[in-house]
Amino acid sequence: MSNTITLRGRKVVGGRAEGEALVTHDTVPGWGGVNPVQGVITEVRHELRGVSFKDKILVCPGAKGSSGWSAMYHTARLAGTAPRALVFNEMTTKIALGAVVMRVPSVTDLDRNPLDVIETGDWVIVDGDAGTVEITKVRT
Amino acid sequence: MKLTDSEKEFLEGNRGKAQQKAMELLVRYAEALGAERFVDTNNVCGVPGSANPFLQNYYKDKGTSEYDAIFSFFDLDSDELVEAPQALVSTCCLQGGADPDNWETLGTKPQVFSIYKDREQFAADHGVKILKTCTPYIVGNTPARGEHCAWMESSAVVYCNSVLGARTNTEGRESTSAAMLTGKIPDWGFHRTEFRYGSHRIDVDVPIESVMDWGMLGYFVGDVVQERIPVLTGQYGQPDLVRHKHFGAAAASSGGVELYHIVGITPEAPTLDAAFGPNRPIETFRYGRAERKRTYEAINSSAKDPDVDYVMLGCPHAALEQIEEVCRLLEGRRISANSALWIFTSRAVKEQALARGFLDIIAKSGGIVMTDTCSAFAQAIPPGTKVAALDSAKQAHYLPAIMNIQAWFGSTRDCIEAAITGKWNPESL
Repeated sequence: MSNTITLRGRKVVGGRAEGEALVTHDTVPGWGGVNPVQGVITEVRHELRGVSFKDKILVCPGAKGSSGWSAMYHTARLAGTAPRALVFNEMTTKIALGAVVMRVPSVTDLDRNPLDVIETGDWVIVDGDAGTVEITKVRT
Repeated sequence: MKLTDSEKEFLEGNRGKAQQKAMELLVRYAEALGAERFVDTNNVCGVPGSANPFLQNYYKDKGTSEYDAIFSFFDLDSDELVEAPQALVSTCCLQGGADPDNWETLGTKPQVFSIYKDREQFAADHGVKILKTCTPYIVGNTPARGEHCAWMESSAVVYCNSVLGARTNTEGRESTSAAMLTGKIPDWGFHRTEFRYGSHRIDVDVPIESVMDWGMLGYFVGDVVQERIPVLTGQYGQPDLVRHKHFGAAAASSGGVELYHIVGITPEAPTLDAAFGPNRPIETFRYGRAERKRTYEAINSSAKDPDVDYVMLGCPHAALEQIEEVCRLLEGRRISANSALWIFTSRAVKEQALARGFLDIIAKSGGIVMTDTCSAFAQAIPPGTKVAALDSAKQAHYLPAIMNIQAWFGSTRDCIEAAITGKWNPESL
């Protein structure tokens, strides 16, 4: 299919998931900027303020904020509000540990900037073990 | 990953079941980071076994008296219930959700307070030092230069790396609990010398003296460098512990600064060249009068109403010198009937404040000194608060968003005057 693009990178957390992309160009906040029980970003000036990441393929530059990041997204997993997969650019201890305890397929170090290729609403398949992201564009 | 024999012992379960689960989690985490090995640590700061009402309710009936469900399933992210062993290495417990003496004033419900008390007992029973503060470096945990640590709390992490020259990443709940049982943490990021050189240069072109000056400079620096490593050069006096505390906490809030260098001041920056090592500055920023004014306005952007209902000091937790300063400003005067003054500190500093008579002076004026927590962490402000006054850029960054209130930021003196008069009337910048 002509409207399918594949990006190649490296495994952060293994497994395979697919779903609708939720893309943000802002780094994703932890404690003080997210409500994990509702699965919603709450940071005042964030692009995704009030938006739910539940069951989405979250595509972002990386994580920011307090050391409570992993515990927030770990709580989201328990509450059933976690995203289905993570695709990100900048590796930090916050997002690495957060991806591990969320237990969702995650990839980074992709051969193209995922923020340039993926748009919110695209259908995305993340294969953590292969380190690939397959994107079906909604708009061509 | 390259695992040593002792790490393999952990992984094979020869050191205990919980220790095996801890090592499995650390290996998953290290592989996610792309780390190739672990470093040994004997200095962990975390929140092992702590709980909030959500976690307490989620795991109720899933554990037994010896086999702790929260520690097994949440701290170690294990699928198996395991016996929670004693800490293997030196471990401190950071801040929590309620004050042990004034929890009712904070609005904590009795059943929630009993969760906090039970979880503190869990930590104490497992060999964890009950520091209950975001400032472990004020109350005795001052790692040596080069020491590998595994710390949570962004304001403590930046102090540990920058001021002490010890080495830690911003760890999380699960990685610190796993490190507590194994003495291992991934050798990645700030543990490695090549990662610690500066990335951005900041030319300071306006005199930096007061705690407030340092707080504003930190807020500016975090905003412009985000997660990178700033190197400061220019006009500043010798900062003391309190100034570093406010600078670092602000830089770790407006951005994600985990290490900064101040030329001629911090241990890894004897010269500009030493601070940058093999790096060339990616960008240079100037902090002059105009930048200072813009920063002051940005920190104050949530505030417009001059009637102050609440003054909060002690973010990060107040040092004794800061409580002494409050007493000098407050002694013999009364806080306005329309306002409240809460000061947050560590238990150890509160004990010293008691010995010096400071608690008495503050109580007579109508203020309260609390420990263990703060307004942002406990999500607790006096009932009906619409406008707060703060001397911390970090707290001014978080509190309006968390509690949906306005917050003024200024000097400690501005804040105490606001508590006494009920009005925000700051000295000119």
